[in-house]
Amino acid sequence: MADYTVIHEKASSFYDVFERKAELQHQTHYCPGCGHGITHKLLAQAIDALGVQDRTVLISPVGCSVFAYYYLDVGNIQVAHGRAPAVATAVKRSRPESIVIAYQGDGDLAAIGTAEIIHAANRGEPITVVFVNNGIYGMTGGQMAPTTPLGGKTTTSPFGRNQWTDGFPMHVCELLASLEAPVYIERVALGNNKQIMQAARVLRRAVENQVKGLGFSFVEVLSPCPTIWKMQPVEAQRFVEREMTKTFRVTNLRDRTKEAPARPAPAPPPALVDIPRILGLVNGDGAATSEGRPPARPARALDVRIKVAGFGGQGVLMLGEVLAEAALDAGYEVSWLPSYGPEMRSGTSNCHVRLSSVAIDSPLVSRPNVLLALNEPSLRKFLAAVEPDGIILYNSEHLPEDCARPDVRMVTMPFTELADQLGNSKAANIVMLGALLETTALLDQERVTGALRRKVKSQKWFELDLAALAKGREEVRKGASS
Amino acid sequence: MRKQLCKGNEAIVKAAVLAGCRAYYGYPITPASEIAEAAALYLPQAGGIFLQAESEVAAVNMLYGAAAAGVRAMSASSGPGISLMQEGFSYLAGAELPCVVADITRGGPGLGNIAPEQGDYNQIVKGGGHGNYRNLVLAPASVQEMADLTTLAFDLADEYRNPVVVLADGNIGQVMEPVEFASRAFVPPPPEWTVRGTAETRHNLICSIYLEPDLLERHVRKLEAKYQRAEREAVRAECWRTEDAEIVLVGYGIVGRVLKAVVEMARARGLAVGLLRPITLFPFPVAQIRELSRRAKAFAVVELSTGQLVDDVRLALEGRRPVEFYSRVGGNVPSAEEVLAFVERKFRACAPMEEVLIHG
Ligand SMILES: Cc1ncc(C[n+]2csc(CCOP(=O)(O)OP(=O)(O)O)c2C)c(N)n1
Ligand code: SF4
Repeated sequence: MADYTVIHEKASSFYDVFERKAELQHQTHYCPGCGHGITHKLLAQAIDALGVQDRTVLISPVGCSVFAYYYLDVGNIQVAHGRAPAVATAVKRSRPESIVIAYQGDGDLAAIGTAEIIHAANRGEPITVVFVNNGIYGMTGGQMAPTTPLGGKTTTSPFGRNQWTDGFPMHVCELLASLEAPVYIERVALGNNKQIMQAARVLRRAVENQVKGLGFSFVEVLSPCPTIWKMQPVEAQRFVEREMTKTFRVTNLRDRTKEAPARPAPAPPPALVDIPRILGLVNGDGAATSEGRPPARPARALDVRIKVAGFGGQGVLMLGEVLAEAALDAGYEVSWLPSYGPEMRSGTSNCHVRLSSVAIDSPLVSRPNVLLALNEPSLRKFLAAVEPDGIILYNSEHLPEDCARPDVRMVTMPFTELADQLGNSKAANIVMLGALLETTALLDQERVTGALRRKVKSQKWFELDLAALAKGREEVRKGASS
Repeated sequence: MRKQLCKGNEAIVKAAVLAGCRAYYGYPITPASEIAEAAALYLPQAGGIFLQAESEVAAVNMLYGAAAAGVRAMSASSGPGISLMQEGFSYLAGAELPCVVADITRGGPGLGNIAPEQGDYNQIVKGGGHGNYRNLVLAPASVQEMADLTTLAFDLADEYRNPVVVLADGNIGQVMEPVEFASRAFVPPPPEWTVRGTAETRHNLICSIYLEPDLLERHVRKLEAKYQRAEREAVRAECWRTEDAEIVLVGYGIVGRVLKAVVEMARARGLAVGLLRPITLFPFPVAQIRELSRRAKAFAVVELSTGQLVDDVRLALEGRRPVEFYSRVGGNVPSAEEVLAFVERKFRACAPMEEVLIHG
């Protein structure tokens, strides 16, 4: 008797009267001899001993302990079957000062919630998980659990658990002990008073670890279920002591509480006034990012529906973005929609761009009045859709004979080669842009260079793009004068 | 603040952070991944949490935890991931917890494809989870609305203590348009009923279990009354050129945009066409539709599904007017010209319109 104290008082983390319970508010809903009742009591004592009643949030599972919140006088959250570790993760991350305890049965944790427990453990969530393993589904009336021993007869394994059809009992502690992050994993049993005293110590440590800010702590409790096992309470307790412990070794599987590195404290949140800057909505000095440019009014009525198309890597999307950005700056309504879904096959890419002096209805361009075709497949694909009186810029020396459209303006130039002459064929898109601007006077030069300035981060590329714009313009002028 | 160009998916995250969202829990899926990526970039800098969950099942339960702890939280996904979240929607609604989820829809069923479809309507608007609950559903049609309706979603979620879904398609997620964000950020204080690991919240309980039939009935009636209040107070729809419309087109999201173009084209050809674009899908703009039916002689629903929204339009009209239906699926979005041809085919030929009424 020397090594344990007899506690006559109820822990204060345990309600005096179970008001949340509809009837018989002085007794629990657990069966006589049920391990849940004992585990609740030990947990309440640990919470008391550590003085964290106000800070504790208990996550109750689906299973016989679904009503843990009837009994524990702490913050309570009842959750879906198996999901306690996911909920606990978010509660702890939301309220790092809280002491979050996920309480789960073996169906809950080791079957339906396998993914959630493994990943919470693997992330090293600094929570405490209490895993009550009674080898059976209690609440639903005695179906097989992942932890049912081989040969165990249940309502869904009437001939006994068979290794060939049902697999082996699952050793959750051992499984979790293969992960790096957990700091504390121990299996205890409720098979006799001595084991219960050990369980009390271990549960307390598992909560204490969290109070100290250490990582993931896990306690598996081998627990009697006299009702479903069809045993007297004493007999069931003996079964835990003699039989269950043969399948599930009562032992510590991980204790890194001494060497566990302290978790880095979360950085203090920024001031609310800094949020727009963090989101890139204003510059460092608080001015809106687009400010500093003269607020423009649309210079004239415009309804340009552009399709830009080519191979991936030809800068199709970028060309469209520069047009949209420059037109926005010039005071127009704009939209830009990248090719996406079924259009995006075999390495081709296209985007829909609309520039308009009035509100834009659909951002989809089905009948373009400007087609910028960076390769032949794109030309062929969209040629017929171009509206009469539209304009097509096509990247090639010659227009294929069968692609003539006398009703549209056709500018055929080897943009890739022209860009190559500037030192990088990838600037072909911007040479084409220069040619478009020279042909149509769509947008002022300074709007376009401004857009490029904002889009192109590298100085070298920016200069190349300026040269490319000039080249495109120059080639069109040459063509016109020749 | 001046307008700046922004992608729809990114606008959701920026608006969310400005509206006090401080947690994102999600699992990647095209075409919603950009939302997770933007959240991973901005939330930690804003003092919030970004966590890539092991699945959408875990993610939605993390929303449950964050909401229970009083933090504005969101997730985003698309068809297959939304299917996995249905358990969570039911639990969140049952436990009266707020959250915001963006569903950037793609083609289905099964793996389908990543192109824009509107096949998630039923599972989101009707509620794909178990029990008597509804999601509040907002359907943006532009980048500006991606931002504005995300802000609204957080407010509605808190006001109704219920999940709110921003239901957008891949196109609205991908499109880049000028947008003006709220100029100031704020974070609302956590509601009193939350469980935060403090003395004052110690007696709070979050749960959705009511063993006694009478108690559960009372709870379900309470939820029902909330949804009825939403039907009275939260409905939004855009009516476009409907004042004199004889034919009303109905469509949401990207389709709503295409239909605007159709209205202009049809009117240029002498057809009195207007557009009703539901902005809230639940609550559904029933009253607006009935009001329009007083003048309009027929309705035409266009959607990227084989017929989900159209059921609600028919229910709203209760047979008052004929309802024509045009659909594209698989990721195809009809062009304005294509819809116009449909409208002309259906309505040009059958003047006088009275005939439609009789035989429609
Ligand atoms: C998604 C889902 N599937 C099934 C159930 C039914 N169910 C309730 S409890 C339970 C098993 C509980 O067993 P266990 O976790 O071992 O806890 P015990 O009752 O033995 O303490 C099951 C299958 C449910 N509530 N939810
Ligand atoms: S069925 Fe088993 S686990 Fe459930 S309360 Fe009874 S003894 Fe406990």
